[in-house]
Amino acid sequence: MASKEAYITGIGQSEVGVRLPRHPMLLTLDAVREALDDAGLTLDQIDGVFTFPGKSPGYLAFSPIGADDLIDTLGIDAKWHMGAMEQPAQLSAIGMAAMAVKQGLCRHVICFRTVYEAGGMTNPEVYMSGMKQPTVSGASQWTSPFWATSAACWVAQYASRHMHEYGMTREQLAQIALNGSRNAMKNPRARAITKEELTFDKYMSARLISTPLCLYDCDRFSDASTVIIVSAGDALDEVKCEPVRIASMAGSVDRYSWDQVDWFAAYETGQDLWKHTDYTTADVDTAQFYDGFAFLPITWLEGLGFCEKGEGGKFIEGGSRIAIDGELPLNTNGGQLGAGRLHGFGFAHEAVTQLRGLGGERQIPGDPKVAVATSGGGPMAAALLLAKD
Amino acid sequence: MSNPPRPKPRLEQENTPFWTGGAEGKLNITKCGDCGQYTHPPRVLCRHCLSENVAPEAVAGTGVVETFTINYQPWAKDLEVPYVIARVSLDGVPGVFLTTNIVNCPVEDVNFGDAVRVTFEEQDGIFYPLFEKAN
Repeated sequence: MASKEAYITGIGQSEVGVRLPRHPMLLTLDAVREALDDAGLTLDQIDGVFTFPGKSPGYLAFSPIGADDLIDTLGIDAKWHMGAMEQPAQLSAIGMAAMAVKQGLCRHVICFRTVYEAGGMTNPEVYMSGMKQPTVSGASQWTSPFWATSAACWVAQYASRHMHEYGMTREQLAQIALNGSRNAMKNPRARAITKEELTFDKYMSARLISTPLCLYDCDRFSDASTVIIVSAGDALDEVKCEPVRIASMAGSVDRYSWDQVDWFAAYETGQDLWKHTDYTTADVDTAQFYDGFAFLPITWLEGLGFCEKGEGGKFIEGGSRIAIDGELPLNTNGGQLGAGRLHGFGFAHEAVTQLRGLGGERQIPGDPKVAVATSGGGPMAAALLLAKD
Repeated sequence: MSNPPRPKPRLEQENTPFWTGGAEGKLNITKCGDCGQYTHPPRVLCRHCLSENVAPEAVAGTGVVETFTINYQPWAKDLEVPYVIARVSLDGVPGVFLTTNIVNCPVEDVNFGDAVRVTFEEQDGIFYPLFEKAN
């Protein structure tokens, strides 16, 4: 039977570290266990598994565990599963799970993202086996031959133009990393990533990666697993937790390219998120925006309409507006810059944590009811509107 | 000091005119014979009107630096830094941009709106379309 609504009912996360010795399957199990406990569910109640991007055989460090691996290893009786890169960014796995429970295919779905990008470097033969290819093809042929090797270079070009056209400054951009670092200091799971708080002077004197992005504007390879359990609205009597409704989601893109577009897909996706809900930006109590590179939250702020296009730099100036006690607390767990490259799922995890009031030292004040979590950059964009209503 | 070889594109039906046109000094961009619009990256059909009547056309090879970044991170062993990565809009080819390098000038001399022209760098049968300042 189809259910009208989808809810996040459980969240879990493994230890987050750099070069963790623990096998990525075991990190995934840690996160699954925590999420099940959180939801008050048992493994035999799980009937779906969704992930992004699925197992990536040539670069296992990026994604070592597939949905099928998890189904087989944990003995899950799955009625539907999926792991795919060709969907609108990382959080779309949660969006797909929401569709599955709304359709009535599944009742309780494990969505997960496991990364082993730091640990994998200690065993490149296994975890990075396909990295050295004789030729490049597909999208990377339009960037790699010019040593625009990393997404840092691709994002940097748009960040650079934003500064040129709208006057955003490095001093303004610094607030993303500074805010992330400050919040990460209050997040016990970020201990291995942020050991001391970043200062403005340290940021401004950091080595440049690709102008205007410096070292602290780029997230850092981490090892971790994050699990989000999505449940059908008519299965909520089976959980023992505070469910959070997926009030809207969007993942729109009209040109799949990093360099043939004027603007990133965050702008189209951001607009579309509000087409499926009565909530507006004014209702949002906290924003968890993908910050693999510090410029990306600027695109989400503007794309979702928290400020006008071009005004993102001014919006974050000084940092008080996006601080934990500000009008739009941003990346309260530290984001990926402060809390590790969890690759998208950390933003949904933190949004739910805040809506439940379980942020501890980093909990935002009041009784937050609505949060936005996003993932992606360039042509990749997924946004979730989460509500406690 | 010499740079490592540039990553080499795998030649396929669609992209061969682009990556080898430099042998004849041509910057080839796929153009539709029906609607006259350009498709890049190259495809076997026109992305504007879906016509299969597409063919590479040598474009002017001049353009404008639409945006750029000065890259300081050596992404490969022995890669010389800094260097400029730019997004160049091509004159006469609306809606098409190339990610490329601006060469033959100090990195600090590159600016938004700079007029640039193509210069090909050959390596192992591939003609990489780089750009240099036109003036």
